[in-house]
Amino acid sequence: MTLSRRRFLQRSAIATSTLIAAPAVFRSGALAAENPITVGSLHDQSGPIGTSGTPMVYALQLAVDEINAGGGLLGRPLKVIHYDTQSNIQMYSQYAQQLAVKDKVDVVHGGITSASREAIRPTFDRFKVLYFYNTLYEGGVCDRNTFCTGTTPAQTVEKLVPSAIKKSGKKAYIIAADYNYGQITAKWMTKYMKDNGGEILSTDFFPLDVTNFGSTISKIQAAKPDLILSALVGGNHTAFYRQWTAAGMKGKIPIASTTFGLVNEPSTLDAAESDAVIGAYGYFEELTTPASKSFVEKIKKAHPDTPYISELAACTYEGVMLWAEGVKKAGSIDRMKVIEALESGLVFDGPSGKVSLDKPTHHTVRNAFLAEVKDRKWSVLETYTDAKPADTASVCDLVKNPNDVKQYIINL
Amino acid sequence: MAIYVILALDVLNGISSLFLLCLGLAIIFGMMKIINLAHGEFIMLGAYATVISANAGVNIWIAMLVVAPVFVGIVGLVIERCLIRFLYGRLVDSMLATWGLSLLIIGIITTIYGNTQQGVPTPLGGFSIGSYQSSYYTLFLALMAAVMMAIVYGVMRFTRFGLVARATMQNPAMAATLGVNPARVYMSTFALGAAVTGLAGGLLAPVSGITPGMGGAYVAKAFMTVVGGGAAILSGTMSAASLFGSVNQVAAYFTTPVYGEVIVFTTAIVLIRLLPQGISGRFFKGNL
Repeated sequence: MTLSRRRFLQRSAIATSTLIAAPAVFRSGALAAENPITVGSLHDQSGPIGTSGTPMVYALQLAVDEINAGGGLLGRPLKVIHYDTQSNIQMYSQYAQQLAVKDKVDVVHGGITSASREAIRPTFDRFKVLYFYNTLYEGGVCDRNTFCTGTTPAQTVEKLVPSAIKKSGKKAYIIAADYNYGQITAKWMTKYMKDNGGEILSTDFFPLDVTNFGSTISKIQAAKPDLILSALVGGNHTAFYRQWTAAGMKGKIPIASTTFGLVNEPSTLDAAESDAVIGAYGYFEELTTPASKSFVEKIKKAHPDTPYISELAACTYEGVMLWAEGVKKAGSIDRMKVIEALESGLVFDGPSGKVSLDKPTHHTVRNAFLAEVKDRKWSVLETYTDAKPADTASVCDLVKNPNDVKQYIINL
Repeated sequence: MAIYVILALDVLNGISSLFLLCLGLAIIFGMMKIINLAHGEFIMLGAYATVISANAGVNIWIAMLVVAPVFVGIVGLVIERCLIRFLYGRLVDSMLATWGLSLLIIGIITTIYGNTQQGVPTPLGGFSIGSYQSSYYTLFLALMAAVMMAIVYGVMRFTRFGLVARATMQNPAMAATLGVNPARVYMSTFALGAAVTGLAGGLLAPVSGITPGMGGAYVAKAFMTVVGGGAAILSGTMSAASLFGSVNQVAAYFTTPVYGEVIVFTTAIVLIRLLPQGISGRFFKGNL
């Protein structure tokens, strides 16, 4: 057979298009057979943030398993597509694309640091994939495609500061990590100190690789505050609590922190170093409500080596459950229908108590807890019900501006 | 008044911890011209050795002063035999290889102990001067720095091993002609440097945040100090540690910790511009 150039081109064009189309045909065939609803998960399980991410993955898996055990959603099972983002922002961008374009998932839960969230949020906006961010953060994200289920400073710092003032006194010294979280949190601490009649003697920021806090400890002593407010972050900064104790300052000036104990500081530091530090979060593993106990028990049963189960894990679990409620109510997996259902004031009773979604901000109204470290464990002192995300609400109204997609910087 | 005493103690603390952190590096880099980018991980291994053995019931002083240096010394010996000995005289290659080594060590420790904080309580308590508090541990660190200086000086200056080591570093070919085996000298010097670094890690363990990645916070400052100090191991390292340690503490006290860091690095740049051979290249020529 002689092959003319034209015929050769025609045939190869047909062959190429068949090859390209084949996976799509096979794939849709396979999907029709099983047809699960896909849940994307982007969490760090390795690298510096791995300890925070690991319990979040466990919590997400637990929520999905429970939903599947109850027959799935809309008669379809759920399937998790998880990627370990390795504490690397580049991995976040890459896997976010993959989830949106290749895996075509129906919802994504994930992101831990604010930097990682801002790296992937625009991707999910662009490809119209519903996104849940389940981590406590500095507040201000205003995006109709995104739901933020973690606490913001208005929900925790607002409780922490007055109770710390009541316990110790009105003059505070702020020490915080030198990047956006520390800077913004220090502003909130200052605001709530002033609102409660307190006074800030000084605010010091520390680059993340500072390891020697000797001169800071002397400076604090010279300033003679009644109280230290800490937003120190990371392994190197833990040295502060050690050197503070070594200098014999422990117990002389109380410490209240928005970051201490979020991972596992109480269980790894010596009791002498961590006792009496107070903190406020949206959840503590030590909560004794039946929902909390069974949540902790289930995760520990499945993963006996799990790190501390903090607000991060509890909010992830509640985030998945809220989304499932939304799908049930919408009776569909269509993104807009689910968003509208989620905006209708959905409520879920989770390990932290009653959680409801706030329509104008897409944040949650949830319980906040105040606790103190005692003998390497948190002992919960107080519960504040229905704490509202007032900070984000002051800048964000998705009812009025449904097309907003930015993170506002909240000026104080 | 008391605040100045406290500030002086802070400065002493800054100097002695920096000196302890750098001494092992000065031995390895200053004498052997091997750029050991895994220096931070040797510190981390020393800290882990202390924490793990102390938490397993070993007396904290033995854990710090014996277990940490012995363990890291042995690790250093193995690394020298398996990796470093092929890299003498190959500066860039040794950087690349030790950088890979540092990632490997971090990976191994993370796999075994997880990516979490470890800790031991600080031995010794605090004491007060006027209305201010400081810790005895600060004084202990200063004492240890002085002891280490004396030991290294004594060994290098007065023992046969020290003499052979210095001769080998100066001119390995000549030393070999005179019957010294340079390979063996390099091996023991590297192991000694690693052990000293391990000791520093052990000593700092009670006052640091211990994670697999902790070495990263130390390695830049250690190199800066050793390079700023110049060729003489002891006088160079000591003078550079004194300069940078006191600048850091004083600047952090009178400005903020952020400027404290900035001022230290600026000082280092100016120093290297003015004294390219380091402090000892100008002022302590020929000293140890």
